[in-house]
Amino acid sequence: MSSSRAAESLLALNQQEELEDLPREYPLSTSEDEGDSDGERKHQKLLEAISSLDGKNRWKLAERSEASLKVSEFNVSSEGSGEKLVLSDLLAPVKTSSSLAAVKKQLNRVKSKKTVELPLHREEIERIHREVAFNKTSQVLSKWDPVVQKNRQAEQLVFPLSKQQSIFAPIEHVVSGWKARTPLEQEIFNLLHKNKQPVTDPLLTPMEKASLKAMSLEEVKMRRAELQRARALQSYYEARARREKKIKSKKYHKLLKKGKAKQALKEFEKLRKVNPAAALEELEKLEKARMMERMSLKHQNSGKWAKSKALMAKYDLEARQAMQEQLARNKELMQKIQVASESAEEEGGAEEEGEPFVPDVVNEVQVKADGANPWMFRNHSSDTKEAEVQGDPEELAEPAAQEAPESEEEGPVVAEEILLKEFEERRSLRQKSGLNQIAKLVGSQETKDPSSQEVLSELRALSQKLNRENHQSRKQELSSTRTVLVVQREEPAGEEEEPLLLQRPERARTLDELEELGKEGCFQNKELPRAAVEGQQLERNPSNHLGVPREKKRKEQMIDLQNLLTTKSPSMKSLAVPTTVEELEDEERDQRQMIKEAFAGDDVIRDFLKEKREAVEASKPKDVDLTLPGWGEWGGVGLKPSAKKRRRFLIKAPEGPPRKDKNLPNVILNEKRNIHAVAHQVRMLPYPFTHHQQFERTIQTPIGSTWNTQRAFQKLTMPKVVTKPGHIIKPIKAEDVGYRSSSRSDLSVVQRNPKRLSVRHKKQLKKNSVD
Amino acid sequence: MKVKMLSRNPDSYVRETKLDLQRVPRNYDPTLHPFEVPREYVRALNATKLERVFAKPFLASLDGHRDGVSCLAKHPKSLATVLSGACDGEVRIWNLTKRKCIHTVQAHEGFVRGICTRFCGTSFFTVGDDKTVKQWKMDGPGYGEEEEPLHTILGKTVYTGIDHHWKEAVFATCGQQVDIWDEQRTSPICSMTWGFDSISSVKFNPIETFLLGSCASDRNIVLYDMRQATPLKKVILDMRTNTICWNPMEAFIFTAANEDYNLYTFDMRALDTPVMVHMDHVSAVLDVDYSPTGKDFVSASFDKSIRIFPVDKSRSREVYHTKRMQHVICVKWTSDSKYIMCGSDEMNIRLWKANASEKLGVLTSREKAATDYNQRLKEKFQHHPHIKRISRHRHLPKSIYSQIQEQRIMKEARRRKELNRIKHSKPGSVQRVSEKKKRVVAVVK
Repeated sequence: MSSSRAAESLLALNQQEELEDLPREYPLSTSEDEGDSDGERKHQKLLEAISSLDGKNRWKLAERSEASLKVSEFNVSSEGSGEKLVLSDLLAPVKTSSSLAAVKKQLNRVKSKKTVELPLHREEIERIHREVAFNKTSQVLSKWDPVVQKNRQAEQLVFPLSKQQSIFAPIEHVVSGWKARTPLEQEIFNLLHKNKQPVTDPLLTPMEKASLKAMSLEEVKMRRAELQRARALQSYYEARARREKKIKSKKYHKLLKKGKAKQALKEFEKLRKVNPAAALEELEKLEKARMMERMSLKHQNSGKWAKSKALMAKYDLEARQAMQEQLARNKELMQKIQVASESAEEEGGAEEEGEPFVPDVVNEVQVKADGANPWMFRNHSSDTKEAEVQGDPEELAEPAAQEAPESEEEGPVVAEEILLKEFEERRSLRQKSGLNQIAKLVGSQETKDPSSQEVLSELRALSQKLNRENHQSRKQELSSTRTVLVVQREEPAGEEEEPLLLQRPERARTLDELEELGKEGCFQNKELPRAAVEGQQLERNPSNHLGVPREKKRKEQMIDLQNLLTTKSPSMKSLAVPTTVEELEDEERDQRQMIKEAFAGDDVIRDFLKEKREAVEASKPKDVDLTLPGWGEWGGVGLKPSAKKRRRFLIKAPEGPPRKDKNLPNVILNEKRNIHAVAHQVRMLPYPFTHHQQFERTIQTPIGSTWNTQRAFQKLTMPKVVTKPGHIIKPIKAEDVGYRSSSRSDLSVVQRNPKRLSVRHKKQLKKNSVD
Repeated sequence: MKVKMLSRNPDSYVRETKLDLQRVPRNYDPTLHPFEVPREYVRALNATKLERVFAKPFLASLDGHRDGVSCLAKHPKSLATVLSGACDGEVRIWNLTKRKCIHTVQAHEGFVRGICTRFCGTSFFTVGDDKTVKQWKMDGPGYGEEEEPLHTILGKTVYTGIDHHWKEAVFATCGQQVDIWDEQRTSPICSMTWGFDSISSVKFNPIETFLLGSCASDRNIVLYDMRQATPLKKVILDMRTNTICWNPMEAFIFTAANEDYNLYTFDMRALDTPVMVHMDHVSAVLDVDYSPTGKDFVSASFDKSIRIFPVDKSRSREVYHTKRMQHVICVKWTSDSKYIMCGSDEMNIRLWKANASEKLGVLTSREKAATDYNQRLKEKFQHHPHIKRISRHRHLPKSIYSQIQEQRIMKEARRRKELNRIKHSKPGSVQRVSEKKKRVVAVVK
């Protein structure tokens, strides 16, 4: 009974949401089924009526002997004999008086309720309370299950768990409480203000806002499509540009540049025809560029790059060329662009006659180049230029007097021309002396390259023209090649000639010296000058190897010369590479030979095979021979047991399992158990593993940085728990793991509950209050 | 002849700042680095040996008390501050960095039974044998002021333990019953009893802060719910539990330090079987405290040693003892999980490293990487006999050592007897009871 009631009350309790709201005066036992109670009563009545049919009821009546039942002081008799006194009976007489309406109402309410049942035993109730509370608490705690599980299985736990969360303040808040202090900040702020960039709250410029407002959906779509297209185009363009940039060919770039320049020129021409004003502007721009160039030192050989090139220029053709180009560019940029006029055209023509691109300075430098800094030369040359200008006043004076009326600028130009001519002469003088030698060599060697021959012949012609009296004997050759020369001349010599001329000085000088030597010792042994040449060659090119046979070297030298004259590749490379390779090969061969000699006696492979055979034999199970010589037959020296007996008493060992190294020719696998290793081996499978293969696999995967990449190593050696030194680790909180912590404080809940002080405490309190 | 040049991207070998390590290109081809397992094994062996070489856990001894240290408390905000109460009623506040006592209070007459700090760290509470609960300011009195408690509550009975709520101005005391007090009132707001016995310790759950656990001298552990003001459940063990400690990372786990030399870790939702029985001590376990990471706990025992147990292992990973350390009465794990403090009978508080061979101070990144690697290697090869032997080797005082031997024999005898009983009785009539279940006498709802 009590247990069922307990269960019932438990149910009722569970239905209640807030346990703490439970009234304390044991309302648990009152069941409040109002609807049923009436029916029940009727049913009860019926039952009673039925039971009263037999005589039992009378007996029951007889039992009730109390007078109060029969006669009541309120003048109500229980005539119904066993019928209960119902509240409505009591209420009937009150109907009339209105003053008792409130009481009546109350009584009506009470009427529907049943009588209060006996309260449960206190301990029983407490137990129920405890159980309910425990269930509830367990439920509350079970929300931690996933967190705990996760933390237990986590690869790494980093404490303290609650990180100092960086608060994301919107930029405008940050900015508003911040003043620009440094000049840089001020500058930036100024810029921002100037461009109407929003510094504070709305992060959009007025323009952007307007555009945002203005755009409808279609517009936005269209705009987006447009933007996409633009982006795509841009990416194509970028890809193309990248591709083009990747092209290493200098020629290609040169052509490209030229093409561009031409295009620009054309456009300029067009513009001049169509819109002279715009053309003038263009011109002004060009002028400005020139001025800028004059002001700047951009192409003046003063940059880092230029300096490095100048250093390299001595050895590297390309560097030299690059330098030249740069200077040419400088000159070009420095050139004053003339407004279309007679004189300008004339000058242009005059300049074209000379060298249009390359400033003579460069040539001069190259001519003079001694390997020292070309800068100095440049300065020197300009000095010399000045000196010359000063030195020949009358020469200068004449043209100056003639052309004075035309323009003042023409003076220096003419002077330049003169100078140019002088240099030309000087150069050719140098050339010719070298060229004779070259010609000689070429003559003796018979060059096969037609182009080189052309150039050679051209040079020869030059030299011939200038030093006719010195070299009478070469006349025939000259005449034979003159025609070629003429053809050659017609070509735009500028580009082709320059490199040649540039290349020459080194060699020419050596040949110059050779010439002098030849002059001195023309009657001496012919071998001598050559030796001298070689000597000098060696001095200049330390990369040359002495060990190379002289004959070969000479040949190479000749080839080299040809290279020099025909192609642009540096001479020494072609000379050095093959020889070194050969030497390397030789060395290798030598080494191999040496090793072979040193280990001549060893036959490692055979030794190994023998060893393996022995190992195999040793590991094979042995037959057991139990024959006893002399047993059952004659014995003695020189007598062997019979074959039959031997066969009979020989116990053949069973064939063991095949060796593991049977198919591995280069390996001996020892299949014996190593006792010393046993001490280091795990005997039983450790706990978390279910199969020995799992365990072996974990052991066999190395974790060190020797076998793993840095990242993998870090990952593999990650510590399980990381704590920060000096940081307090607080217990885990619901907020840490994303749960909502209960907003109510424990204290408030406790205080809301009626105090359940023990009796003793109450007494004590009373006592205290009395005191 | 075309000459091919080697060209390398400088990004692959030039470091960005001079503080960067030089990048060393490595070839990870396994054929170039053979014998990985033996090499790592040797490294692990060396690491294990070095660990034992460097295992010097004892850091400092704080002396000053004139009687045995009966209770310890951590400061909730300051790592360097520790409070201790002694058997002569004296409370001392220590500075761990200076290793000095910074403040002394004569708090009670007789024992200081319990001490706890308020969650904000401004004051602390003590209970003593003189039936009082006192609240003290953390920093001592100003110049010329008398040393007086902020509040004093005079109780009817002796209070044996105290613990403060983790978030609110509420504390709980235990004695004849568990009382929940509001700091502002002189009477408890709630008293909870279940049977009549002296309760030796009460502890608030640090995560679900309305939960409390207590242990009484009639061998039981009782859980309470403060909000519902009822006890929840009671578990009766074989022997008396001296104290309990909640896991600060797992809300429903707590560990009980028992008189039967063992510690029992319970899941409070299923009290009939402990999650783990931790045994290694050879005498009654007097105190237990969790590491703030919730992965280990430390226990203090009457056998003059403290042991560190991993939560999920039944055997201790470390044992600390010194010649002069007597019965250890209280122990605490500092809130940065690096150190352990223990107070013992012979009036000293000792400071230990939680990880015996750990190097203190700032580590360079390479040192850190090396220690991590060594740690991982030790873990990897922990089952190998040599490594296992070395890593498990501890020197123990003779008393403990002989006790262990003795208990081993006893245990073996018991086991044998049980086996014999099973062997010689009708099959099925005698059941084997697991070690975990054996100790739980009953769970009372």
